[in-house]
Order: sequence, then structure tokens, then C-alpha cells
Amino acid sequence: MSIILTTEGLPLEKSLKKVEQKNKFRAFLLVLPLLLFLIVAYVWPILNLLTRSVDNRLISDLLPQTAIALSNWEGNEMPSEDIYKTFYLDLNEAHKQKLSGKVSTRLNYAKNGFKSLINKTRRKLKNFEDENYKDQFIDLNKKWGDIEYWQAMKVAMPKYTIDKYLGSVDLEKNYSGEIIQKPEKRRIHRTLWYRTFYVALGVTICCLLLAYPIAHLLSTLPLRYSNLLLICVLLPFWTSLLVRTSSWMILLQQQGVLNDILVYFKIVGDKSRLELMYNMTGTFVAMTQILLPFMVLPLYSVMKTIPPSLMRAGSSLGGTPFHSFRKIYFPLTYPGIGAGSLLVFILAIGYYITPALVGGASGTLISNRIAYHMKETLDWSMASAMGTMLLVSVLVLYWLYNKILGIDNIKLG
Amino acid sequence: MAINKHTELRYKIWHYAYLTICGLVFFFLIAPLFVIVPLSFNAEQYIHFSDDMLALKPEAFSLRWYEDMVYGTKNPWGLAFKNSLVIGIFATIGATTLGTLAALGLSSKYMPYKALIMSILISPMVVPLIISGSALFFFLAKIGLSSSMLGIIISHIILGTPFVVITVTATLSSFDHSLTRAASSLGSSPMYTFFKVILPLITPGVISGALFAFVTSFDEVVVVLFLAGPDQTTVPIQMWTGLREQLSPTILSVATCLIAGSIIILVLMEILRRRSERLRGIQPR
Repeated sequence: MSIILTTEGLPLEKSLKKVEQKNKFRAFLLVLPLLLFLIVAYVWPILNLLTRSVDNRLISDLLPQTAIALSNWEGNEMPSEDIYKTFYLDLNEAHKQKLSGKVSTRLNYAKNGFKSLINKTRRKLKNFEDENYKDQFIDLNKKWGDIEYWQAMKVAMPKYTIDKYLGSVDLEKNYSGEIIQKPEKRRIHRTLWYRTFYVALGVTICCLLLAYPIAHLLSTLPLRYSNLLLICVLLPFWTSLLVRTSSWMILLQQQGVLNDILVYFKIVGDKSRLELMYNMTGTFVAMTQILLPFMVLPLYSVMKTIPPSLMRAGSSLGGTPFHSFRKIYFPLTYPGIGAGSLLVFILAIGYYITPALVGGASGTLISNRIAYHMKETLDWSMASAMGTMLLVSVLVLYWLYNKILGIDNIKLG
Repeated sequence: MAINKHTELRYKIWHYAYLTICGLVFFFLIAPLFVIVPLSFNAEQYIHFSDDMLALKPEAFSLRWYEDMVYGTKNPWGLAFKNSLVIGIFATIGATTLGTLAALGLSSKYMPYKALIMSILISPMVVPLIISGSALFFFLAKIGLSSSMLGIIISHIILGTPFVVITVTATLSSFDHSLTRAASSLGSSPMYTFFKVILPLITPGVISGALFAFVTSFDEVVVVLFLAGPDQTTVPIQMWTGLREQLSPTILSVATCLIAGSIIILVLMEILRRRSERLRGIQPR
């Protein structure tokens, strides 16, 4: 078999491959600026956030010798004089470098009460004598004779830890390394995770129930009318989230429009106006309305492609309208249901603004807790750990979306 | 399902029930938005309807909250609008340029690892904003850009690119690639082909992507909450602060302006959609 040659005298196969390589390179070069930008300014910071959640080097850097001493201590009986001495030397050193505030904040995450204990102690450090550190510590404050504080400090010492992950599902490690439940009144996170999950699920189901009929109507009406009605879906979609949240605040507050209407029709008395906001009801209703367009649009784009003749064929073969709907139309809309539900669920699970404004204490979600740790307690490792767990659940859903529907099928507007 | 005089009664009832439900859902979608508009013309300092307003007395309505928005003492809205516009415009330019280039590469059939790269490029849209916000907060602090306009612009470029990538790839998917080959066979350079053949045809997609990017930036509050110092206040930040402290009618007049803005954007998008369909030779049904 003779080899086909190009005009330059190269074998055609080789020449084609070369062109293909060049095209590949050219296509990749076009994507490269954005890809690099995202990797440097987005993917890397997120990975960095993930490492922050297990990074616990701060405290063992501040109290290096104590960390070593405590790791050799069993934890079932009071620490020896040596440990007290190393702790004194470390704390004194940290205090001289004006870092004892950090020590007290960090140890306070491990056990409440540490902050005031360290703050009281550090002022007296300069009066310490060279011997009997243990007695001097205990004389200063009898909490230093309480083994629980030392156990908490031992647990807090390792350089890398999964404590924050345990903490974000209300578990903790005791001094011997067993994983145990937190005391009942300090269990707050698990409720939040459950609540976030249930709200996301509930909002998704409500959105689906509300969106299905109107998407169906939009897809069956003549284009003139459906374009007009589509505006009702698209206008909220394009309107600022804060505007829509504030409209719900106007509607739901105690002197608000909904309560006014209920009072006007004497459904509730003027004295017993309903509390619709700053609780779960507010979060749920507002989120459903705000996320509804994200359900309608994918459903609509799928339903538009279903030919109406199929339903007619069903009826002509003797199916009742309900039967043909259940057997023909409904299964054909599965891709739309899947796309819309996953989209709404993904958006709902990470929702922050609306719960923060209309949710009050009982209507906040996991995102609000993350923001609380980021801004109020400044427990950034805790925020990172909870963020990581949230991120992983969203990425699993994203992967599912990709697997089932393909990322290319995301449509907007 | 069409209704005619032969339809059984129970299906008729069903049909009307279905239409009623649809009507209610549309009402639920759109009505909350329009509660804001009349209240922003309230003459009093309340954010619920007074009896005079319900009686449609002219003295119950006024423009005082709009005046307050524009001329009010120590008024934060001017700075906020300026900042939002500056951030929005630069973020849109950045996101549109990077996103369009990437979309061109992605829709080439030679593109290697398409699915993987696409899912990385889309990720800023999927990852919860609170996580993006925290990550960017640490990153920008590390490179010395915390509380700076540049930092916020960078983050908004990141958040805007997925929308540009999606809309432009969608436009390119219906692009007839024989046009490019025709251009090259007529002796045009790739650059010339891009500006004279490809770009005019995908312009509607690029503009609608740019609009998406702009709206995303203009509406974004979570990430800015982490990044902005007092000088970088934006419209959403001002609204957020206002809503947390006290719902004042001034916020409602700002909200009304924003609703007007979104109506304009909606009209622009519809014009673009029609133009794009005409360019692609799709006749309206």
C-alpha cells in the first residue's frame, strides 16, 4: 500500500496529526487565561480554606514545649511538676512576645473558662518564684488544679486535627482520644445541618409542585401569550435578591400586608396578629418564591420540546387524560424535574441572605453559622470545617447533575 | 389540553382548577415585587399601608423618600451607586473578555479535557457564596488586597465568568463552522475572520453574558460583605445594612429604582434573544 503524501512531501497521516495538535493547542490557549486566573484566584484559595480546617499549628507554635510534654502525659492523673514548669516557661515567653491573648482565645475554644483563667494568670507571671510551680499555679487559681483544664489543653495540642469536623457535628474528643457526644446543651450544629437539609428539601419539593403546572401552561399556550406570562417568571429572576427579600419583609411583618388582610377579613384578631417573620415560616416562604424561577425555567425548556401530538395519541388509543399524563407526559419531563430540583436544592443548601434577614433565630441555616464563625467568634478553622462539609455536599450534587444531565445542558434565561 | 363542548364535566372542572392554580402561582411570583412600589411613595415614615393610602388620598403620597435617597444628609446611596457601577463595569469587562475567549476554545472540537475544564470554569456559580467569600477573604488579605476596590472587582470577575461561558458556548453551539472555513478559503486571516465573521454573529450571546455578569456583580452581597471596607460600600451592602437595622421607606425607593432597572434589563434580553434568533435564521413560530 502506498503512502499518501501532501504537497510538501510529508505523509498525509502525519501532517493531519500535526494540524490536529496545532488546533488542540490553539483551543487550549484560548481557555488558558481564564483557567489560570481561576486556579490562582479561586481554586487555590478554596483548597487553602480546606487546609485551614485541619491546621492547628497555632497553639503548638505558641506553647511548643508544653505540646511535647502534654503528648507524653497520660491524662488520667494530675500533671507533674515538670509539666507545670514547662507550661510556665512557654506562657511567660508567649506573654513577653505579647501573644498570650492568642493563647487564651485559642484555649477557650477547647474549654470555656480558659480565657479568663489565662488572662488572670498572665498578669501574675512575673511574681513567680523558681520552684514549686504547681503549687504556685494552684494558689493563684484553683482551676489550675482541676484536671479537666489540662485534659482540654492536651486535646487541643496536636498540629493537625479533625476536632473542628467533630465539632461541626457536635462530637468531641476526650483526653484519651475517644470520640464522644458533646454535652446536650452545647449541641447546636447537628440541628442546623438537619434543618438546612430539610429546608432545602422542602423548598425543592414546594418549588416543583408550584412550578410544574405553570411550566406546563407556558409550554402549551400560543407563543404570544406564553412570552407575556414568561415575564412574570423572568422579572423576579432578574430582580435583586435583596429587593425580593425586602418585599417579603414588608408582607410578613406583624404590621405587614398579609396580617392586615387577615385582620381585615377577621380571620385573626387585631391583637393576635400572626408571627410570620423571624422564624422558619419566613425563611421557607421567601426562599420558595425566590428560587421558584430556577425550577420553572428548566422545566419549561424541557416541556417545550414535548410534542402535543403524543397526548392526543394517548387519548385516541383510549387513555383517560390522567392515564396518558401519567404514562406519557410525566416520564418525558424527568430531565426537567431532575435539572430544576438539583439546581434549587444546590442553591437552597447554601442560602445565606434570606435566612439572615427573615429567619430570626429559629430560621437560620448552616451558611449563617459559617458567617457567624467567620465574623463574630473569629473561629476560622471551625468556619472552614463547616464550609468544607457544605462544599463537599454541594460538589457531590454538582457531580450528580453533571453525570445525569451534563454540564453543557445548563441553560440560562 | 383543549376544552370544547364535548369535554366531560369533571375534566372541565379539572381544567379550570388547573388554570386557577396557575394564576395563583403567577400571582405568588410577581405580586410581592409590586408591594414595594406604592409604599415607596408613602408620605409617612411607615412601611405599611396607611388608611389614607388605601383611600387613595393624594396627600398620602409623596416623593420625599426619593428626595432623601438623592439629597439626604449623610446619604450613603450616592457613594454606593458609584461604587456598584465602577465594580460592575470593570467586573463585566473582565468576565466578558476572559469568558468569551474561553468559550471560543471550549466550543472547538479539538479542545482536550473539555468536561473537566468546563466543570472548573462553572464552579464559581455552584459553590455556595459563603464559601467563595471566606476563601477570597483569606486570599485577598494575603496578597494585600483586602478592603480594596481591586479585590472586589477580582472576585466579581470570578463570579461572573460562568455566566458568560455558558451563554457564549450556547450561542456558539448553533454557530455554523463552515462560515469560518469559507472565510479562510477566501484568504482571510484567523484574526480577521474572528472580528468580521464570528464576533458579529455571536454578539447577542456575548452581550447577554455581559448583562448576566453585570447583574451578578451589581446584586452580589455575600462576598462583598467579607471584602468591603467602609469606603467600598455598594448598593446591596447599603440595603443589607438598612434591612438589618430598620426598614426605612428610603430603602423601598432604592428598591423601586432597582426593579425599574431589572425591567430595562429584561427588555434588553428579549431584544437580544430575538436578534440572535434572526441571525441564526430561526423563524418565530
